[in-house]
Amino acid sequence: MTFSEFLKENIVYLDGGMGTLLQAQGLQPGEYPERWNITHPEVITDIHRRYYEAGSNVVCTNTFGANALKFDDGELEQILCAALTNAKAARETASVQHPRFVALDIGPSGKLLKPLGDLDFEDAVAVFAKTVKLGVKYGADLIVIETMNDSYETKAALLAAKENSTLPIIVTNAYGEDGKLMTGASPAAMVALLEGMGVDALGANCSLGPKQLRGVAEELLQAASVPVVLKPNAGLPQVVDGKTVFDVTPDEFAAELASLVGKGLRVAGGCCGTTPEYIRALTAATASITPLPLTGKQRTVVSSYARAVVFGKMPLLIGERINPTGKKRFKQALINNEIDYLLSEGIRQQEAGAHILDVNVGLPDIDEPSMLKTAVCELQAITDLPLQIDTANVTAMEGALRRYNGKAMVNSVNGKAESMHAVFPLVKKYGGLVVALTLDEDGIPATVEGRLAIARKIVDTAASYGIGRHDLIFDTLTMAVSADPTAAAVTLEALRRIRTELGCHTSLGVSNVSFGLPSREALNGTFFAMALASGLSAAIMNPFSAEMQKVYHSYKALNGLDPNCEGYIRAAETFAAATTAVPTATVSPLTAASELQQAIVRGLKDKAGEMATALLKTVPPLEIVNGEIIPALNLVGEGFEKKTVYLPQLLMSAEAAKGAFESIKAFVAATEATTASAGPFVLATVKGDIHDIGKNIVKLLLENYGFEVIDLGRDVPPETVVEAVVERRAPLAGLSALMTTTVPAMEETIALLKEKAPWCKVIVGGAVLTKEYADTIGADHYAKDAMEAVRYAETVIG
Amino acid sequence: MSVQIKRYGDIPLNETDVLRYAGCREVDAAALALLYDCWDEMCGVLSNAVCYCELPVTLVDALCDFGVMSLCSADLAAYFDGCDKTVLFAATVGVAPDRLIAKYNRLSPAKAVMMQALGAERIETLCDRFCADLAKHYGDIAPSRFSPGYGDLPLEAQREVFRVLDPAHKLGVCLNDSLLMSPTKSVTAFVGIKEKKAKR
Repeated sequence: MTFSEFLKENIVYLDGGMGTLLQAQGLQPGEYPERWNITHPEVITDIHRRYYEAGSNVVCTNTFGANALKFDDGELEQILCAALTNAKAARETASVQHPRFVALDIGPSGKLLKPLGDLDFEDAVAVFAKTVKLGVKYGADLIVIETMNDSYETKAALLAAKENSTLPIIVTNAYGEDGKLMTGASPAAMVALLEGMGVDALGANCSLGPKQLRGVAEELLQAASVPVVLKPNAGLPQVVDGKTVFDVTPDEFAAELASLVGKGLRVAGGCCGTTPEYIRALTAATASITPLPLTGKQRTVVSSYARAVVFGKMPLLIGERINPTGKKRFKQALINNEIDYLLSEGIRQQEAGAHILDVNVGLPDIDEPSMLKTAVCELQAITDLPLQIDTANVTAMEGALRRYNGKAMVNSVNGKAESMHAVFPLVKKYGGLVVALTLDEDGIPATVEGRLAIARKIVDTAASYGIGRHDLIFDTLTMAVSADPTAAAVTLEALRRIRTELGCHTSLGVSNVSFGLPSREALNGTFFAMALASGLSAAIMNPFSAEMQKVYHSYKALNGLDPNCEGYIRAAETFAAATTAVPTATVSPLTAASELQQAIVRGLKDKAGEMATALLKTVPPLEIVNGEIIPALNLVGEGFEKKTVYLPQLLMSAEAAKGAFESIKAFVAATEATTASAGPFVLATVKGDIHDIGKNIVKLLLENYGFEVIDLGRDVPPETVVEAVVERRAPLAGLSALMTTTVPAMEETIALLKEKAPWCKVIVGGAVLTKEYADTIGADHYAKDAMEAVRYAETVIG
Repeated sequence: MSVQIKRYGDIPLNETDVLRYAGCREVDAAALALLYDCWDEMCGVLSNAVCYCELPVTLVDALCDFGVMSLCSADLAAYFDGCDKTVLFAATVGVAPDRLIAKYNRLSPAKAVMMQALGAERIETLCDRFCADLAKHYGDIAPSRFSPGYGDLPLEAQREVFRVLDPAHKLGVCLNDSLLMSPTKSVTAFVGIKEKKAKR
């Protein structure tokens, strides 16, 4: 019988702790337990055998930390070979008859993945892949990925397992007392990610005892369609007479787990502090329980690194603003690689109530696969909202899905065979909820029946790839009512029937309906209300639209989806503010000028932006910069130099000035004017250093003073800096380093710059640097703070 | 010897320290408003955890032997003067400050500076609290803590500290190639336990 067959019908017993038993046998702190597979094979085999004899169906090899970051290739292979040999020997010699399997055990790499740590996602996949390949080579029956406290690393390990084996895979995560992983994922978010990628069973292990993990187990049982696993510790560790003991006895442990087995738990074992006695007690306590059948939950769900968003009665808002279509300023930001602009659009939409963010960076002139991957990774570093990956470029889609931390929404597939055969394999591999458009090779059907027929075809084809209908969300395509008076009615009826007849969720981009007509907001709002009444599950919309927000909150209040109308009452305050706000056009240029200066000095970002917009109606952009923004900044900058203004105030003013600049940039982009640049300032935090707050402060101030800044980010190799300087013949490069350990990288970068770009002046800064040190490593200038960097740049670039 | 884990609930904020870390030499209303704006976002998502073990200390000139590892550092040996034991610990307030710093680094450097200052204050305060508990338990401990990178103890000592404490597994604190830790708001340190007055 294979493990997969056994898992279908039975309660599966895993083994218990290994580390605590090895310590009892003399394993020293700091000694790698994995080496005991080679040095003490009899001890390891004996522990495995005792677990089988206590009732375990699965023992995990003693390979928790066996990875290429800890061991070289030769030793890693020896360890895996010995570990599998030991476990198989135990299976052969155990004096029991029940089905017994050997699992390749994979623990965390010991490194945190970027952006929180320094291990790249693909490097992590490669590390796990080596262990997986060896586990397969030496005959594991299944793979157990365990004790993962980071969803991203979990994904890397799971991907490595899927790409390098066909073995069944169990994944268990280490949840903390707050019921979440260290990096923030809830149990529901992990279920979305793991089931999306096709695990065979999932659950929790380590960290806590069975009582403390009960809540997590119940959440997993509620959300998961695959078998749920629980491997708790033997309670919480305590020190008695200098020894660590755990506070839960085998019987207490077994009773807790048995009650969860009664609720549907299908795979059980123990982690730290548990011994064969715990497994024996567990098998005895659950012997008479008939395993509950698995129930498909059919949840339509997406997730981020932290949270799951479930589609249900509550309609969801998908923010559409990260998209260059029709937005000149956004296009300009994409072309100039201004990721910060895109990120602030993301955060603003989150603050406006979006539940999911659509990400579309398709422009003819840019490398979409590279930009989409960057946008997705950067957005996930600053927001915990799930993302909708929106692209027609399959390479870009795969790149982004692979790197996505969670289960993404995918926009989109349609009824064309070519589209389905390109998109569905990606969704099957990486997980995803796919927006399916009801169009095919013959275009968009004019009738409801036609669109339904395409929807059925898409459901059937998805099923042939192993993708359930709960992972499809249908868009019945909004057409302009100005072109066809029946367009809205057909779209809404198709939507209603897909929701009721196929049981699938739906989404619409609503604003197309008003194309070509005046007062579009009025039509959009009414159409949105009609769509919601027809069963719309999600709208791709502009969360800043007051009209749409009014409809949304009214709909929820009227449909019993807003207890005590609290959401409506809160939102109503913003509706009122929107209608009573003083139009900026009524502010006189003179008042706005002094107010703009004041707003900058006082650090009021929004106000500075508004005042600049008002001024732009009568004053040329350059005059605002030179007459208002720069004098205000100088006032604050001089205060900082005299130590009457502190860093946070300096920065708040700089951000306010940036707010004003944003208004000016938007105006300039709209009027197609261009500004000349005297050559860019290339800025980077050197290789090996991930501390870039200082660099970002310099960037902000430089931009305030009108310099064009090429920000290469942090941990930047010398060659990349040189490449950027040479490409734009930049007159000035700024390098920052926080750590003494990364100053050599700075020296190396300067040397390479002097060799390949001798015209370029190099300015350095950072906590560990001094003027003398800067001279030693060959820098042209040392800046003790950001203002000094600006002053120096003025002398070089002017 | 075994490595223990200790978790702490909320620990009161020290405003003055946060502002000092943020570069303000005196309390300023605008900076204070920014501080609490940031604190509102950070306070609910911190986790205060320490893993630690007690080790014997034997000194032979600059060689400090702890049984399970040894380090060569004259400054560390001087620090241990009069101590026969040490508590070696790793502490972290989790990934939340790093996420918030990264977020505001892109959106608002003023907030990034304040988040950075808050994170620094939080981890230092956690270490202070842990050391106060050690003082209660042991009676007489060295007045300060000693971390890899101090004096002539190289940052490379982190590798040994990580081998013994295994904070990656216990707390989720990982050592980067550059020997810095992730989450960044983490500390590893020795605390000397004085020989004569130890009352265990």
